Amino acid sequence: MKTFIKAISYYLPKRIQTNDALVSKFPEWNAAKVSEKVGVNSRHISASDETAGDMAEKAARKLFFEYNINPEDIDFILFCTQSPDYFLPSTSCVLQNRLGLKTTCGAFDFNLGCSGAVYGLAIAKGMITSRVARNVLLLTAETYTKYLHPSDKSNQSIFGDGAAACLISYDGLFEIGEFVLGTDGSGAENLILRSGAARCKQSTGFSEMDENGYTRWDDYLYMNGNAIFNFTLSTVPHLVSETLLVNSLSKEEVDYFVFHQANKFMLDSIRKVCKIPETRFYNSIEHTGNTVSSTVLIALKDAIQANLITPGMKIMLAGFGVGLSYGACILR
Amino acid sequence: MITLDEFIKGVADQFEDTDPSEIKADTCYHELEEWSSLVAMTLVAYVKIEFNQTLSGADIQKARTFEDLYKIICSK
Repeated sequence: MKTFIKAISYYLPKRIQTNDALVSKFPEWNAAKVSEKVGVNSRHISASDETAGDMAEKAARKLFFEYNINPEDIDFILFCTQSPDYFLPSTSCVLQNRLGLKTTCGAFDFNLGCSGAVYGLAIAKGMITSRVARNVLLLTAETYTKYLHPSDKSNQSIFGDGAAACLISYDGLFEIGEFVLGTDGSGAENLILRSGAARCKQSTGFSEMDENGYTRWDDYLYMNGNAIFNFTLSTVPHLVSETLLVNSLSKEEVDYFVFHQANKFMLDSIRKVCKIPETRFYNSIEHTGNTVSSTVLIALKDAIQANLITPGMKIMLAGFGVGLSYGACILR
Repeated sequence: MITLDEFIKGVADQFEDTDPSEIKADTCYHELEEWSSLVAMTLVAYVKIEFNQTLSGADIQKARTFEDLYKIICSK
């Protein structure tokens, strides 16, 4: 059985933080330069009482409204987040009830970051081809801004909050092709929030300077930008060529490349390393920032709305980051 | 592999506010006013794209001058 992306919507929190607002917090910061490099001019920040589950619910309701989807038709809900509402139960179970989905609907959360949307599509495809489900609601949502230290201007300039909803079904807009997925857990320490879970339940208050001059906190998100950057530039070219191979396509046959919108500098570098023409490489980070697992679906929706991507085109999606985890697939 | 002079010229292009005359083989880049983690990332990208070599944070921290960096890249 073939599987398709049938509908995509997304939700962004109301509060917008501009670069000017960030400059007022960090007067030594050169807004113009960082904006030029990072490519983000503003990002949305979740309210203090707004969770990833809340945002996922809003994205799902928007999807149902925009595409006139009957929630009764959903028979599986997948929720990708690293900011669950609770340790237990799964936020997806809570969302089944809040969204009024039927109780015969399967549900589980999965914990991935920037590769999450691609993994979600792979899981949904597996569910449908194995006839476990017919209409899978994939939700992605992250509130990384709540994980950032108040003095962490680098990551505050990059990350924004957001949620996306995608319906995967047996018919629809874009057929989901073959996947390439991968993991390199040896890099787990390079993008990590150490405390709060089982390994280190209590806050430690510890921080130190890493070899790049970034502060490594136990209690806040730490990213070794240099290591993540090198991982990405080393991994993605191979990921692209393998994904082309398993889908029997050449690079020239792919109409558009929609990759995880990490930041402009990273995207530009990936594009150059992969030798992809600028005209076929989507970049849409300016008003959202890096929304982690939602960037690929948000970018895809924006590109469709801008008529840059239309049904019948061949699209490569790719996600890569925390884990370290990566994945790509073709839509056609 | 390109020469040290060519490398220095390529490195100078990665800086926006620093006069190319300040970028020499024996320049201690840590002391340049424009030097920052963002510029370091730009150098990492330049080395990856132009030489397909990985420059780590430890490499950048250990080296003092652009010539040191060039030697590290050559030795990989």
